Amino acid sequence: MEISIIALPLIASIISGFFGKLIGDRNSEIITSLLVSISAILSALVLYQVIINNYQDNIVIATWISSGALDVNWSMKIDSLSAIMLVVVTSVSSLVHIYSIGYMSHDPHKPRFMAYLSLFTFAMLMLVTSDNFVQLFFGWEGVGLCSYFLIGFWFKKDSANTAAIKAFVVNRVGDFGFALGIFLIFYLFGTVNYSEVFKLIPSIIDKNISFLGIEINAIDSICLLLFIGAMGKSAQILLHTWLPDAMEGPTPVSALIHAATMVTAGVFLVVRCSPIYEYSELALNVITIVGMSTAFFAATVAIVQTDIKKIIAYSTCSQLGYMFFATGVGAYNVAMFHLFTHAFFKALLFLGSGSVIHAFKDEQNINNMGGVWKKLPYTYALMIIGTLALTGFPFLSGFYSKDAIIEFAYLRGNTSGYYAAGIGIITAFLTSIYSWRLMFKTFHGDYNNKDIKIEETHESPLIMLIPLVFLSLGAIFAGYTFKELFIGHGVNNFWQDSIFFLKPLSIEHPPFWFLVLTPILVILSIPIAYYLFVKNKNLPERIASVNKPLYNFLLNKWYFDEFYDATIVKPSKKLGIFLWKFFDIKLIDGFGPDGLSAFIKKCSLKANKFQSGYIYQYAFIMLLGFSALLTFLIVK
Amino acid sequence: MNFPILSSLILLPSIGAFFLFFTKSKKEDNKTVKYVALFTSLVTFFLSIYLWILFDQSTSEFQFIEDRVWIEGLINYKVGIDGISILFIILTTFITPLCIISVNNSIQKRLSEFLIAILIMESFMIGVFCSLDLVVFYLFFEAGLIPMFLIIGIWGGSRRVYSAFKFFLYTLLGSVLMLVAIISIYWISGTTDVVKLYELGIDAKYQNLLWLAFFSSFAVKTPMWPVHTWLPDAHVEAPTAGSVLLAAILLKMAGYGFIRFSLGLFPIASEIFTPFIYTLSVIAIIFTSFIALMQEDMKKLIAYSSVAHMGFVTLGIFTIQQQGIEGSIIQMISHGLVSAALFLCVGVVYDRMHSRLISTYGGLVSIIPKYSVLFMLFTLAALGLPGTSGFVGEFLILMGAFKDNFLVAVIASFGVIIGAAYMLWLYKRVIFGKLINQDLKQMIDLNKSELFILTCLAIPTLLFGFYPEPLISTIEVSISDLIKVYNMNLTGY
Repeated sequence: MEISIIALPLIASIISGFFGKLIGDRNSEIITSLLVSISAILSALVLYQVIINNYQDNIVIATWISSGALDVNWSMKIDSLSAIMLVVVTSVSSLVHIYSIGYMSHDPHKPRFMAYLSLFTFAMLMLVTSDNFVQLFFGWEGVGLCSYFLIGFWFKKDSANTAAIKAFVVNRVGDFGFALGIFLIFYLFGTVNYSEVFKLIPSIIDKNISFLGIEINAIDSICLLLFIGAMGKSAQILLHTWLPDAMEGPTPVSALIHAATMVTAGVFLVVRCSPIYEYSELALNVITIVGMSTAFFAATVAIVQTDIKKIIAYSTCSQLGYMFFATGVGAYNVAMFHLFTHAFFKALLFLGSGSVIHAFKDEQNINNMGGVWKKLPYTYALMIIGTLALTGFPFLSGFYSKDAIIEFAYLRGNTSGYYAAGIGIITAFLTSIYSWRLMFKTFHGDYNNKDIKIEETHESPLIMLIPLVFLSLGAIFAGYTFKELFIGHGVNNFWQDSIFFLKPLSIEHPPFWFLVLTPILVILSIPIAYYLFVKNKNLPERIASVNKPLYNFLLNKWYFDEFYDATIVKPSKKLGIFLWKFFDIKLIDGFGPDGLSAFIKKCSLKANKFQSGYIYQYAFIMLLGFSALLTFLIVK
Repeated sequence: MNFPILSSLILLPSIGAFFLFFTKSKKEDNKTVKYVALFTSLVTFFLSIYLWILFDQSTSEFQFIEDRVWIEGLINYKVGIDGISILFIILTTFITPLCIISVNNSIQKRLSEFLIAILIMESFMIGVFCSLDLVVFYLFFEAGLIPMFLIIGIWGGSRRVYSAFKFFLYTLLGSVLMLVAIISIYWISGTTDVVKLYELGIDAKYQNLLWLAFFSSFAVKTPMWPVHTWLPDAHVEAPTAGSVLLAAILLKMAGYGFIRFSLGLFPIASEIFTPFIYTLSVIAIIFTSFIALMQEDMKKLIAYSSVAHMGFVTLGIFTIQQQGIEGSIIQMISHGLVSAALFLCVGVVYDRMHSRLISTYGGLVSIIPKYSVLFMLFTLAALGLPGTSGFVGEFLILMGAFKDNFLVAVIASFGVIIGAAYMLWLYKRVIFGKLINQDLKQMIDLNKSELFILTCLAIPTLLFGFYPEPLISTIEVSISDLIKVYNMNLTGY
């Protein structure tokens, strides 16, 4: 049964990918959606078993690579952590499959799209259920590949193709660190199996490795290298640039891959490796700093963007930052909790925005929308739920998970913890502002679209709305229902040994004023946003024009793309040309074969001149030689 | 004596070639000629599979040995195989029939001579991988270049003569030194029998020079930086089948030679020169990857990527780690499949549009979808995606390298990033995007034989990506014993 959870999406993908033409569009849609849904139901059963019976298992399916001491299996590890991920991945994935039937109804390549979605689900499941680092890497690159395919799904759009390559290559940068981390693990322990590695970690606490003459603590290096991989996949600052561009892909893709599942793989990696990270204070601090910087950075950028999907993309980036600093302060279970709730409300928001885009016939600029809430009542209501949940409005799911992150950061009691808590609160406020800005500009105010009349906008079909309803249920209730399980007092009863705490988490409570601060800010932000973006629309523009440099800085996403283009992309191309035209052609060929043959040609031309054919010249040369020889013999 | 299976393998293609020679090559006879060649190569392939079945994986001893006196007291014709050689033999016999099928209307003149060249080359290549006498090895090794030289020089593109000579000049230089080294080995040890030399060992004071002489030959053929510049030119001018043979098999002779001779005969020198090889390998990986990024000619791009991939191979071999060497062999097999497929992919569009320039194409996916799918698969294998054979090789090599030297592994891993960039960018420019060049609309998708060839290459690429066990278990014992002996030799002195 467990294996079929992974196998069903793969089978679905193969059927739809190879036989899509044969069985027709509708059948591929039905088969893929059905098989992935079965997989989701089975996952739910597994999670139920895990919760009730503390079910754990490690199924070895086959050998993959066995070379010398290296032994890698195709495997399926089931514990609390992977069971949660199984449910998140398969449930969101099955809803997205169903939604796509409606969303992609005008697309000529439906079977291909469904095949990619199922293939992605398979790769993601391989990632989360692995019992070793190499299979994890397989899933890691596999989801990257599917993401590449899906971002570039509309292959005629040049921007989509470029974004797809960008996503893959930036992720490769992360994978570079990740792979080195795996090599280092194998070098130190001679195994890549989680449980064996985790057992050996305490024995190398004081071990140093030396790189370029610098001594570095071995555990710190493992953690930091793995974290580079996590940064790439989870779009953390410096390696985040691919995520906003990835919005070139169809919206269901953004919901599944770039919000709910793939981008959280980095968080999952850190949580999975908690037995390693717990021993590296340095790495945890780095994670905290990177996480909170990303959370803040992305939120500031989201405030000024005008593309509805890019705003949500930056929001995802920012929320992932929250999850990371939660792990950084040691609250792995809270990070998982936020990952869990975030999957529902962010997928909801993305699919909702897809519904809006659908209604406006592929318009994505929120300045060209507005005033349609009566025309799209269901979408509107569902997106309100998503927004409330995201901003952490009291008693919706985001409220429980996000506030818990801020509290635990505060309770950590060290400098980075306080900073993180502070940044967390500011970011929560910013999140609220940009989310409501999106809502108000999209649904309220005047109708601003010049291309289509307001009468032409229409609510989405039922097949797109039903998945939204399911997700909205998650967005409302997931927090309250699962709070005890994820972060309650009997926390270790559920997590067992899938999460490791070196020091138990603090069970104190932060002061009351601290607890109510965030919710109050979040609630206050709604009227503020309403005033700014509906009532007094000139004010934001005035603020922008007064602070032009700051506004441009934010609008251009802190100039990261321009910076990378100038420092990495262009120099790489120049270097390529230089190495080719100068090194290979001028130097190597010039002095090598071409130079040699030219030289020989020259010599033979000279030698030619000797063979003039005149007897007197030959005689003269002979005479010279003869006299030289004679002189030599006499002198000797 | 048992049935001389190795000699049969070596001779079979030549016998086919011999028949072809006497087949009247009229225009209408083209089909017969092709069938004869194909039949010969297929028989050879099945015989080699039979050999693999008979092969005993549990020992590193040479098997199927045949030993005959050739020149009394001087040279013995000695052949035999171990786990290291057998996979290369199978690669050779597997690629050759595919090459023969791929020969189509693009070879218009002297078809039967072309096929003769291919078959003769197959004979020589099999000979290279199973000879156990240095002189015999040398003869096969060098003779193999002659058919390739002819393939480029006669059936090549417009600059074929320049390329053929460049190819010849480079390889000759290395070869001469290797010949000198083989003669000196005979003087020093009194034999050129590899098995005996393994037992006797070679005096440490001679090893360095001898190693360098062998190196100069192998480095050119690998090709290692900076003696790689013949390869892009040779590929660009060679006809598709020639490129395939060159990339898939010819380049592997050197990698095989490094393992069999450099490590096997000169362990002390190998240890001394390891940093040197590392340096050249990482330069090859990084430099040629950047160069590949900027190529405008598809074949040149793949040729440069071959240099980078072979850089991984040489790096892995000299790690002297189980993972490293096994990775190198898998990488060579994988590169044999994948680069062959990529050159065939270029051949497919070249046959239709007569252009290798990337800028000619764009938007092919909607016109020739089957081609696009297979091309994508091989692109991914070339950039080392997990689940393809390319990953297993690269990953094991880097893992081995990391054990030996952090810095080298870090730099080499960096090459993997650029690898993804140039392969995906190539694919994007050829396959995706808007269809601008209207002439492309008339392109037809893969015909049956093209589809068959590429599928034949795709299956092992994926199979060994998910389940490389058949490869690894074949080479495992031979390599672990090789490493053992190597380390014993080091400590012995």
